[in-house]
Amino acid sequence: MAPKDRKPHVSRNPDLIRGVGKYSRSKMYHKRGLWAIKAKNGGTFPKHEKKAAEAAPAEKPPKFYPADDVKKPLVNKRKARPTKLRASITPGTVLIILAGRFKGKRVVFLKQLTSGLLLVTGPFKINGVPLRRVNQSYVIATSTKVDISGVNVEKFDDKYFGKKVEKKKKKGEGEFFEAEKEEKNTLPQDKKDDQKTVDAALIASIEAVPDLKSYLGARFSLKAGMKPHELVF
Amino acid sequence: MPFKRYVEIGRVALVNYGKDYGKLVVIVDVIDQNRALVDAPDMVRGQMNFKRLTLTDIKIDIKRVPNKKTLVAALEAADVKNKWESSSWGRKLIVQKKRASLNDFDRFKIMLAKIKKAGVVRQELSKLKKETTC
Repeated sequence: MAPKDRKPHVSRNPDLIRGVGKYSRSKMYHKRGLWAIKAKNGGTFPKHEKKAAEAAPAEKPPKFYPADDVKKPLVNKRKARPTKLRASITPGTVLIILAGRFKGKRVVFLKQLTSGLLLVTGPFKINGVPLRRVNQSYVIATSTKVDISGVNVEKFDDKYFGKKVEKKKKKGEGEFFEAEKEEKNTLPQDKKDDQKTVDAALIASIEAVPDLKSYLGARFSLKAGMKPHELVF
Repeated sequence: MPFKRYVEIGRVALVNYGKDYGKLVVIVDVIDQNRALVDAPDMVRGQMNFKRLTLTDIKIDIKRVPNKKTLVAALEAADVKNKWESSSWGRKLIVQKKRASLNDFDRFKIMLAKIKKAGVVRQELSKLKKETTC
C-alpha cells in the first residue's frame, strides 16, 4: 500500500522514562488525528470489505486414531546456513592453516562453500596445496590480500569434493583387488585441469607483488620470542 | 649522581601506566607530594600520581596552569614533538611500536632482508680476512 520510499515513522509520543509516554491515550487519539479521519468518513473508521473466506477443502475423517495422545513435536523455525564467516576473511585473503597435512602453510582463500567450509588453494605450484576445503576454525587469517578478480570459482561446491561413490563390484580374489586400488589412487585429469586454470590467474597476480611468491611457499612457525597473543597477523 | 630531571611546571613526562599509557604529557601544576596536574593537547587536564609518570629531558616554558591554547602554543614553540621523536628514547619507542604492528608478511620480508644483509656483511668480512692472512 505504501510507496516504497517511506521513511520509518517516528513515534509522536516521546518517552519520559522507558515504558512511560508523555501523552495519555486520549491525547494520543487527538494527536493522531483519528477524529479527523472519522469525520471525513462520516462518523466511523474506514474499513475495507473482508475477503470472502474460501471454503476449506472437505477433510476426510482419519482411518486410524492412536490409543494414547501423540505429542506433536515443537516448532523449529531455524534455517540451515553456512557458518558465519569471520570479518577478516574475504576472497583473496592469505590464510595460515593450523592443522592437518598442510599445517603451517600459507594459502589463498577463494570462497566459502554452502557447507560452511572454506575453499582454498596453494596455489599448487607454489606450495603444494591443491584446491581444498578447510574449516574456518583451523585457520589464522592474515591481513595480506591477493587480487582474485581473474579467478572463476563458480563451479566448485561441496559435491565436487565429495568421495566418489564406487560401483559395487563382485568380490574378487587378491589380484583383482590390487588392480582396482591402483586405478582409484590417481587424480582424474579434469581435476588437475581445474587446478591449473584456477592457479594460472592467481599466480599472475601473486608474481605482481614482490616476495609474495616466496612468502606463500614458506611455512609459518612460531620462533623464540614470538607471543601469539601479541602478534598482529 | 645528582638529579638532572626535576618535577617542575613545564616538565614533559611520559605516562607509564594506565589509560594514557605511552602519551607525552606536561606537568602543569603540583597538587601535593604525590600528585601532579597534568595536561596534553589531546586529553582533558587531570591529576596523575608521579609514580605513573617518567620524566623526560624536555621542558617547556609555561606559567602555572595555562589555558589549553597557551599550552599548545608553548608546545609548538618548543618543538617538543620533533625533539622527542629525534631523541634516542623517542626513536626506540617508535621502533617498538612499529615492530608490534608488523604483519605476518612484513615479518617475512624483514627476515629476507636480514639474511641478505648478513650475507653482504659476511662477504666483506671474508674479503678482509683474506687480505690480512695473506
